[in-house]
Amino acid sequence: MIYFDNSATTKIDDSVLQTYVKVSQSFFGNPSSLHRVGEQANTILQQSRQQIADLMHVLPEEIYFTSGGTEGDNWIIKGTAMEKAPFGKHIITSQIEHPAVINSMKQLERLGFEITYLPVDHAGFVNPKTLAQAIRPDTILVSIMAVNNEIGAIQPIHEIAHVLADYPSIHFHVDAVQAIGKNLDQLLHEPRIDFLTFSGHKFHAPRGIGFVYAKKHRLLQPYMTGGGQEKDMRSGTENTPAIAAMARALRLVKTDEAKKAAAQAAIKKYLVTEISKMPNIRIFSQMNDQFAPHILCFSILGVRGETIVHAFEDKDIYISTTSACSSKKGEESSTLKAMGTPKTIAESAVRVSLDEHNTMAEARDFVAAFHEIYHHFEKLYA
Amino acid sequence: MEHIYLDNAATTPMAPEVIAEMTDQMAHDFGNASSTHYFGRTARAVLDESRHIIAQSIHAKDDEIIFTSGGSESDNTAIVQTALANQAKGKHIISTQVEHPAVLKSLAYLESLGFEVTYLPVDKTNHIALADFKAALRPDTILVTVMMGNNETGARMPIQEIGALLQNHQAVFHTDAVQAYGLLPIDVEKMHIDLLSTSAHKINGPKFIGFLYARTGLNFMPLVKGGEQEHKRRAGTENIPAIAGFAKAVTLIDDTERANRQSKYHQFKLQITQALDAAGIDYGINGTLATDDLQHVMNIWLKGVPTNVLQMNLDLAGFAISGGSACTAGSLEPSHVLTAMYGSDAPQVAESIRVSFGAQTTPEEVAKFSEQLIQSVKSYLTKQKSKIGG
Repeated sequence: MIYFDNSATTKIDDSVLQTYVKVSQSFFGNPSSLHRVGEQANTILQQSRQQIADLMHVLPEEIYFTSGGTEGDNWIIKGTAMEKAPFGKHIITSQIEHPAVINSMKQLERLGFEITYLPVDHAGFVNPKTLAQAIRPDTILVSIMAVNNEIGAIQPIHEIAHVLADYPSIHFHVDAVQAIGKNLDQLLHEPRIDFLTFSGHKFHAPRGIGFVYAKKHRLLQPYMTGGGQEKDMRSGTENTPAIAAMARALRLVKTDEAKKAAAQAAIKKYLVTEISKMPNIRIFSQMNDQFAPHILCFSILGVRGETIVHAFEDKDIYISTTSACSSKKGEESSTLKAMGTPKTIAESAVRVSLDEHNTMAEARDFVAAFHEIYHHFEKLYA
Repeated sequence: MEHIYLDNAATTPMAPEVIAEMTDQMAHDFGNASSTHYFGRTARAVLDESRHIIAQSIHAKDDEIIFTSGGSESDNTAIVQTALANQAKGKHIISTQVEHPAVLKSLAYLESLGFEVTYLPVDKTNHIALADFKAALRPDTILVTVMMGNNETGARMPIQEIGALLQNHQAVFHTDAVQAYGLLPIDVEKMHIDLLSTSAHKINGPKFIGFLYARTGLNFMPLVKGGEQEHKRRAGTENIPAIAGFAKAVTLIDDTERANRQSKYHQFKLQITQALDAAGIDYGINGTLATDDLQHVMNIWLKGVPTNVLQMNLDLAGFAISGGSACTAGSLEPSHVLTAMYGSDAPQVAESIRVSFGAQTTPEEVAKFSEQLIQSVKSYLTKQKSKIGG
């Protein structure tokens, strides 16, 4: 079995699973309880927060735990909108954001906010100059992803930060769900970023847990109210086992990060080289440092993406159409559409997404399978 | 030192079967249920099966179950999003003074947006009066949110009766069943419930998973937007291992087991009161000992002994109990529930503890607890007496 769909979800690491089980068994208390069982759980919670903050080079009080990337995006976007509505109702984002961002924006539109969805160029990048032109006196938030989940394009975060340097009151949110563990710290540590969203299950942590970085003194309305956990920003009994497991997973993914990212880039490079040898191929994820090392989006022209996915599946190789979140609908990729890719080509796109456990041997098996599939359809459509 | 956990209303340890189920899911079936390949389809099958088990447990239809990150999210979604979606029909809401903070804070937020909330009072046993509810109901009432059972005293609220009264009324009926689920039989059809919140970690399931039951055709705006999971009503990659663990926890509590737990916990209550009586301790029960109420929660007023003294004493002796609810995040503020029952100056507010039993609790543990409680109370009162005397 070859699992090349790590942008959809990753397999939990064995030791991370052990942490989850151990904390569930030994430290199951409610961290808000005042007795020892509660205090022990609270200690685990705060230690995990400290570890995550250290690994991210931020302060522990800047880390908030959520149920995942979707919640993180929803909270930051709507929390900013509610907090800053008295100062303005204009928000800038891009056409290629994750549905968690796009659909939060659409909800805000119905509540009277005005959203500018920036276009991208043919390669999949937002233009910082276009962004600068879109800024208005009533702009309260800019939300741009770090790494696009469909083609892996790394957005010009530093350049956008440079533009926003002149507008200190605008909140700058970066959805970094696909950027973790890919040796992109230099990008994520951009000091102008106010908020970052992360999801645990994209880096071998459990499902249903994630975290948000929120810069100190940047104000947001809370997302869920109740018992006042997470400094009254996110109520609900804390998921201590999953949080501890996520802290471990983050440490693991950050260990030898550069080396592991380079290994994924090498696999990607090999795949690109081999796949491009065929004539009816279109590669959307280029081999340069403007693209993440783990995502490869390509089309076999004339064959629908789902057909390719199932052909690989018959060979026990798991890839996806452009994103898990849009695959069920069988819709064309929103990113490729925004790039101006013709519909027929966009519909034939598939995504390979790697992690640090994938090997060159798997890549060779993949290429062999690719050749068989390619020639099969070539004959069929000849 | 032995540790005895009697704070199961705050959270419960996961059942070994639940841990096994989750471990298996995480280690082997880790697909994203939205993916169309094999792993995705396997994940989808687990999701569907778990949803079916859970729907059956409250007599709902499968697609009426929305998985959430827990009780707080379920309550926030049910209350805020229903009110916002129905505000054209009116802005009046009815609730009680003794709801969980997730409900009360959601209502406070709605009040800040111009909604009007009637908080029904409770009597000295922490029950609301149906007459008060009838009097509060108005044509412009759009939402009624009343908990099924109280988290501090176990008082059971007249859910079926309220549901019946709302039969021909526009108001949407929500109940926070976080404490009642797993102890009381729930039939959303018979009880005419439109929205119902639960949380897995209160019934030996994992943390950060729960569900919101939402009757077919109900109008509310999703709280978490994004991918099209949960029929567009709750976005986010489904937490399959936790959902499967939740379903496992539910299967461990069938009708017989539920009834057994209620009667087992009732015996625990009697065991404690008999021990206190035998030792001549002056105490009161905040709430009732009636079998109608939730039996896992017992709130005891130990006359003359401050809550924090007892809490600390019992904790040092290895007993985890609570001063009120855990969910006012570590605060030592007086309980809003006891305040609603007795008034803020009443001694009960400052001299009570909450003990809550779980599936793993044994009569031996309860006996040890009673013994320690008696000792703690007596030694404190003796010291006080000698202080006054000297």
